[in-house]
Amino acid sequence: MTLAVGCRARPGKSRDNKTGSWRVFKPSFDHEKCSKCGMCQTLCPEGCVHEDAEGFSDPDYTYCKGCGICATECPKEAITMNQEEK
Amino acid sequence: MAEKKKTCELFDCGHRACGGCGAALAARLVTQAAGTETIVVNSTGCMEVFSTPYPETAWKVPWIHSLFENASAVASGIEAALKKQGRKEKIVIMAGDGATFDIGMICISGAFERGHDFAYICYDNEAYMNTGIQRSGATPYDASTTTSPAGKFSFGNKRPKKDMPAILAAHGAPYVATASIAYPADLKQKVEKAITTPGPCYVQVHAPCCTGWGFEGNQTIAIAKLAIETGLWVNFEMVDGKVTKVKKVVRKPVEEYLKTQKRFRHLFKPQRQDAEIAHIQAMADRNAEKYGLDIKLRKE
Amino acid sequence: MMEITEGSHAVAEAVRLCRPQVVSAYPITPQTHIVEALADFVANGKLDADYITVENELSALSACVGASAAGSRTYSATTSQGLLLMTEVVFNAAGMRLPVVMSIANRAVGAPLSIWNDQQDSISLRDAGWLQFYAEDNQEATDLHFLAYKVAEDPKIQLPAFVCFDGFILSHTYEPIDMLSQEQVDKYLPKYDPAEKLDAKDPISFGMYATPDYYLEFRYEMDQAQKRAKDVIAKAGKEFGTMFGRDYSALVEGYQLEDAETAIVAMGSVCGTVKDAIDEMRAACIKVGLLKIRVFRPFPSEEIAQALSKVKRVAVLDKNISLGAKGGATAIEVRDAMYGSTIPVKGYVLGLGGRDIRKKDIKEIVSLCEKGIGNQFYGLRKELI
Repeated sequence: MTLAVGCRARPGKSRDNKTGSWRVFKPSFDHEKCSKCGMCQTLCPEGCVHEDAEGFSDPDYTYCKGCGICATECPKEAITMNQEEK
Repeated sequence: MAEKKKTCELFDCGHRACGGCGAALAARLVTQAAGTETIVVNSTGCMEVFSTPYPETAWKVPWIHSLFENASAVASGIEAALKKQGRKEKIVIMAGDGATFDIGMICISGAFERGHDFAYICYDNEAYMNTGIQRSGATPYDASTTTSPAGKFSFGNKRPKKDMPAILAAHGAPYVATASIAYPADLKQKVEKAITTPGPCYVQVHAPCCTGWGFEGNQTIAIAKLAIETGLWVNFEMVDGKVTKVKKVVRKPVEEYLKTQKRFRHLFKPQRQDAEIAHIQAMADRNAEKYGLDIKLRKE
Repeated sequence: MMEITEGSHAVAEAVRLCRPQVVSAYPITPQTHIVEALADFVANGKLDADYITVENELSALSACVGASAAGSRTYSATTSQGLLLMTEVVFNAAGMRLPVVMSIANRAVGAPLSIWNDQQDSISLRDAGWLQFYAEDNQEATDLHFLAYKVAEDPKIQLPAFVCFDGFILSHTYEPIDMLSQEQVDKYLPKYDPAEKLDAKDPISFGMYATPDYYLEFRYEMDQAQKRAKDVIAKAGKEFGTMFGRDYSALVEGYQLEDAETAIVAMGSVCGTVKDAIDEMRAACIKVGLLKIRVFRPFPSEEIAQALSKVKRVAVLDKNISLGAKGGATAIEVRDAMYGSTIPVKGYVLGLGGRDIRKKDIKEIVSLCEKGIGNQFYGLRKELI
């Protein structure tokens, strides 16, 4: 990879950094309890919670750092944090 | 397996912010509100550092970082260039409280006085976080930082927050607002208003920092809410220098906010500092009076 | 077209002809006439630029960084204290590879405060990565702006450039100038159209940070660009000569150097005085010549060594001093260029803070050099020290 003059870059390369490896606790999303409010998608600092075709939320574990904001803020307590097995 | 739909994000995954980072959420929300036709000018600080270690950039809009203090001046130059080139992109400055309240004061004052058209979004995590939690002009009274540490002869930061919104309103900024990541829809609305109002506009976004303030990353939103509910952070809007909207609250005692964070632990341990807590309560009470914060509960 | 004009006004006119879209500058003696003239041009529709009256020099250059990154040709001017105040941005602009052109009306730096000429200001920033051009007279000061933009904006270079001309001595002096026409400049200097700019249609992140894994290579690339600049300057300078009759392809220029025994090396307006002194010395059969340095960065080491290879001794004039080191920057770098040769190189620090330099001083220096006396401040008032 040759250097970009002036230390510049086009979008996309941050995705090479798979921050999911940072996780200690892993969120699991219970679609039975999920009311599709989307707060977890809005409040995730990574922007890695996505809506599926049915409107339920799911995290992208490649990037999820396991911060737990989604679990704390979910109005339906549909998200639980569990220590991840490595 | 249900199919995953992706939201349109202009701040990408893979950035190196701490888990639970308030500023990272602010970056997402601000860029969502701003849209693709935006040029972001970022000061040196947490956001710039965690989002652009060469060659990884998390920004999907044109973005520029120059130095710590000069984002407003860089933005002034971009605005001039866009004018001469007949281009319509909007300029959004994203700077931390250090870059805004302190080192950037000269450049901000000049840019606001000249009346350039941009939206200045300050993500306020109340200290120089990127360099290891040193006090800034935005650090609240009695907060312990590495350069205003609590100790035998100190209760932490001796000064109240500098009133940046008032300073910039005094420069003639047509729209000035405070916001919080705790209320994302409100934040995005205010950012949109700052972008679409011609002239230099300012939105100060409260962005709690789990690493710097000392709390678990999953509490970021909850603590941001408590700041507002105790009256220590006021969400308001100013149009042409006059306060037009304030978020009213049923106020909680400041203690409920202070006890959640290690940076205020010295006010409770090894012993309660009643005088200091009362002093902080008085500050919240003054905010309540100044902005009309209190929701009047109906008496039975 | 020939006109008699003040140096500052000639520079302002040259800048106007380069069609910058954004001008951002803060007034400081002795550059003020430049920025005032440009403001006047804008106010009267003679220059179609956005003129930002910034609140300090740091903001002046920062605005240029923003405008240049956004794809506009941009301009600033400063000197002395102003240049030092914006030093952080000077390094930043070069590292970000933005081809800003900035006039420096050279002035001494405080403390003690001085408004008069020497070259300490721009010389102090020789490490920053900017190209540095030094004008002997106002014709050069004018022409070097066209050259500077052309070289700076060359895709192989992409480095900002200082055009230095001595404050008051050149900036406030009226000289006859052959000013190019707009048509001529448009032919020589194409529109600025960078391959990369801040643009929603092609989002790029500018000014990222570099970890130890990358930083060295970024700085190496800048140094390579400086080295490439020699050829680009030669080509652009030759093209200027072909089109307009004044050739700027050489980074250094000899005057009566061919058979000289003593060579004086100098930069800037003092060269005019030196040439007059040489004419008088030659009439008295003293074999002395001048090697004028017109480009200080990239430093023309090989060219200097080549040009001075046949002389018996070298006297380097410096209107700057690297305090605590062995003289001024030019002497130190010339000595380095001559390393390995047995030709003695003596440095003379003179003219600091606007101290006048006369023909008799040049003759005195040649005499000192002949006696092997040098590497000192010249012209000290002994009664004061």
